Amino acid sequence: MTEDGVIVGLEVHCQLDTKSKLFCGCSTDYRNDAPNTHVCPVCLGLPGAMPVLNKRSIEYAMRVAKALNCSVLPESEFSRKNYFYPDLDKAYQITQYDKPLAEGGYLEIESDEGGEKRIRITRIHVEEDPGRLVHRGTTERGKYSLVDYNRAGIPLIEIVSEPDMRSPKEARKFLNKLRATLEYLSVFDSEKEGSLRVDANISIKGSERVEVKNISSYKGVEKALLFEITRQKSLLRRGQKVDRETRHYLEARGVTQSSRSKEQEHDYRYFPEPDLRPLHVQSWVDGIVLPELPDARRERFIAQYGCSLNHARTLTGELRLANFFEKVVAADPQGLSTLADTWIADTLIGELNYRTMSIDAVDPAGFTELLTLLKQCIITDNSGIEVLRVMLDQHKDNQSCETPTAIVDRLQVRKVSFDTAQSGIEGNPDIDPLRTSITEVLMEHPAAVEDFRNGKKGAFNFLIGHLMKKTRGCADPAELNRLLTEELEKKEA
Amino acid sequence: MSEQEISFEPDDRYNAFLTTCRKAPHGHGKLAGIAVAVKDNISTKGIETTCASKILKGYIPPYDAHVVELLKKSGAAIVGKTNMDEFGMGTTTENSAFGPTLNPCDTGRVPGGSSGGSAAAIAAGMVRMALGTDTGGSIRCPAAFCGIVGLKPTYGRVSRYGLIAYANSLEQIGPMGKTVTDVSTLMGVIAGHDRSDSTSHNKPYTHTPKAGIKGLKIGIPQEYFGTGVDPAVAAVVNKAIGRLEELGATTVLCSIPSMEYALAAYYVTCTCEASSNLARFDGVRYGPAADTKKSWHEAFRDVRRAGFGTEVRRRIMLGTYALSSGYYGKYYAKAQIARENVKKDFARIFAEVDVIAGPTMPTIAFKLGEKSDPLSMYLSDILTVPVNLAGIPAISVPCGKAHGMPVGLQIMGQPWEDERVIDVAYTYEQAVS
Amino acid sequence: MATEQEVRHIAGLADVGINTEELARFTHQFNAILDYFDILDRVSGDTAVTRDRYNVMREDEIEPSLPQEEVLRNAAATEDGFIKAPRVME
Repeated sequence: MTEDGVIVGLEVHCQLDTKSKLFCGCSTDYRNDAPNTHVCPVCLGLPGAMPVLNKRSIEYAMRVAKALNCSVLPESEFSRKNYFYPDLDKAYQITQYDKPLAEGGYLEIESDEGGEKRIRITRIHVEEDPGRLVHRGTTERGKYSLVDYNRAGIPLIEIVSEPDMRSPKEARKFLNKLRATLEYLSVFDSEKEGSLRVDANISIKGSERVEVKNISSYKGVEKALLFEITRQKSLLRRGQKVDRETRHYLEARGVTQSSRSKEQEHDYRYFPEPDLRPLHVQSWVDGIVLPELPDARRERFIAQYGCSLNHARTLTGELRLANFFEKVVAADPQGLSTLADTWIADTLIGELNYRTMSIDAVDPAGFTELLTLLKQCIITDNSGIEVLRVMLDQHKDNQSCETPTAIVDRLQVRKVSFDTAQSGIEGNPDIDPLRTSITEVLMEHPAAVEDFRNGKKGAFNFLIGHLMKKTRGCADPAELNRLLTEELEKKEA
Repeated sequence: MSEQEISFEPDDRYNAFLTTCRKAPHGHGKLAGIAVAVKDNISTKGIETTCASKILKGYIPPYDAHVVELLKKSGAAIVGKTNMDEFGMGTTTENSAFGPTLNPCDTGRVPGGSSGGSAAAIAAGMVRMALGTDTGGSIRCPAAFCGIVGLKPTYGRVSRYGLIAYANSLEQIGPMGKTVTDVSTLMGVIAGHDRSDSTSHNKPYTHTPKAGIKGLKIGIPQEYFGTGVDPAVAAVVNKAIGRLEELGATTVLCSIPSMEYALAAYYVTCTCEASSNLARFDGVRYGPAADTKKSWHEAFRDVRRAGFGTEVRRRIMLGTYALSSGYYGKYYAKAQIARENVKKDFARIFAEVDVIAGPTMPTIAFKLGEKSDPLSMYLSDILTVPVNLAGIPAISVPCGKAHGMPVGLQIMGQPWEDERVIDVAYTYEQAVS
Repeated sequence: MATEQEVRHIAGLADVGINTEELARFTHQFNAILDYFDILDRVSGDTAVTRDRYNVMREDEIEPSLPQEEVLRNAAATEDGFIKAPRVME
């Protein structure tokens, strides 16, 4: 629901997924390595070192510009943004100021009122990431900071939106759509920690604008905005003014806090970087071939696989998820699509989130096997969930992973049915396990049977509950219902 | 490849060197075994590089400047790092944090700056060749004051990778030597493209100096012989130009109107770029330790106040002021327009002439301590800075004496015509030797 | 022209520090130089600056980084492979 008078703009910084850094050949794959091991004179800012621009970073940024419908400027250049901070080893950041790479585009999201809404893009530019600070020391006097320059010089793309969002939810949607688009373009890996950072600008109509800096998680953005809106509205309600200021989002406490020090001097004294040459890359735009983007893929999923709009949105909302879906149904799209879209969108995602696991942890072939078992009615939905959980836990705990069929057999959850021949299971056609179970339950709970006859509503469900337990969830609930009703009517007669 | 070494134990009474390598290794090649001195703002791997500043005392670069790699490949023996004005900021080498260099021609006078150490080392016969850097005249001025030869190459001809930056858009590393031939030989080693320097061009230098200037047209700008120039110096240079005419050249009077504001454009540009280039010196990654118990703002300020000399702090502040909010249009942007005008003036003149000649400096070498007012010091760069603003090549070659001290003849050429500039200087040198 | 207060402010922006004793003389010399710079006000011409080249770039290839010891060698204080810096206010 759109909050009254809320105006939100976002500045999103994403690390571009190049092999080497923006201005030097150091590898960008620094996350698992010791500090200061992906550093050279250039990215360390040693006196005398000079930057040389990584061509791929511009190619990637231009892909983004084209996908977001922006206009690439005929001439763009790099500038120095001068300020002092321990993580900024040259005491200036090489960025783009008055001549960015591209301007004026848009990204479509689902608005709060339903329907599509365009969030306009002001500009896109490329800049370098600073190093990373770690803080140590406990007493006030004993505090100090440690710096790791591995991250210094990683290429960033900065995407600035117009203040077109009207709620934290819209902001989240924008961010999700942007993230997905960047992934589809193969220029960004959202699974890398810290690869996306957001600065948000929020105001309540008529009041000053507040900037919240350095939010580094998707959830954080929505939370930070919610907190800010509440804070600002409560100030206004009390007749107080909202100060125009910069605040920091504190992830752990879910609050924003006023900043001092770093942002005190806003005088960045920009001037063109004299060690680099300008870019004339407008002519490259025509040669850029965009891959299938999220919206197009969503439409294709609806048309090709019969997915519902909501499921298609969810599935195409992440590149890896969309790829996973298509791999899973590849062998039998007709037969598996409907099952797959529900099971992935409604069940698998939830189970993965609960275990903070990535979709990459799931073997598509294994999942296909699981869906096949479900399709063939070899197991019930409940059993399917149980088996899925075992599969995921085995992977998470680094155990050897069994196939779904092996799990089914080990747990003995093959579906028990009235007509075992019908469900395709080899077994003794003389044994009627379901009816046996029903008879047993009715005998075990005569009071409930009595209650049922007397019209007590809960009795039927009570009996069903016990039946499910007895059949260990292997019976189809609809069938159980039907058969129990039959048996109870028989008894009455 | 077996490594040999030469021993180098000079009598450095002029304080030309900040570091000497008493056993200097060398390889094979064009400069095999030749002792070359390197100005102390050029990074040398494993050898202390200070820019004559306390803030880099003890700094040992983990890499060689590109030109140093080229020197090594040519077999040169790098025998030491020479004294300079701190971070290249000065015209006398008096701004060194480690004492001034004295002029071997008169130890009561300055050797010029900022490459004073390199010039003195050559003038005193300690080395035949040295690398200097020229941002606004810092090779040509000391060459003129000490009576040696110094070339500022076309901007982009020699890689700046490893040169500790003062003013990126103005400076070049250049060869200094006893003779034009020495300078030309050294130029052949250091010129050429470097992929680590995005401003470097693919223009190697493979020239041998040739005498002969018949038919050469020389422009003589009136501003180079105006009121600011010592008449004795002007007279010596005029005589030298007369010699060139005898050798077959013709002179054409010309004017460079943009010289009126060239010096201001120069000082705005270099101080702005320097204010940014020198911001990295905070005692964290190199240099004298920052006090990690203080807050970073305080700690940085203390390191920099103690580590930078007065002139360096002044220029950093001028640059910071000129770039600060509201002033960019008035200063830096205007200075770049002024540069374009200087370039246009030179282009217009070069349409009519081949080279331009005049004095390198308006006076002979000052006495030590003579120039105490910063502005009056800046004004002495007036004849050298237009060349840096335009990015063209220029050489200073000794052409006689005034008041008993050397005078330099400056030959300026069109972009990429460093060879021609060398030839004119060579022709003159051969004729008078 | 710049006042002593402005000069102090600039010294703060540039983190160079200026002693009270220096301030008066510094300001005087500073202003003389700024006065000289005023000549630029008379400069007229096109704001477009011609550059010698465009699109100077390198291929996205990995090159060796410095060994950690080299990175840390010139730093006055290090800890666990990190470089120590003065404390930053949170």
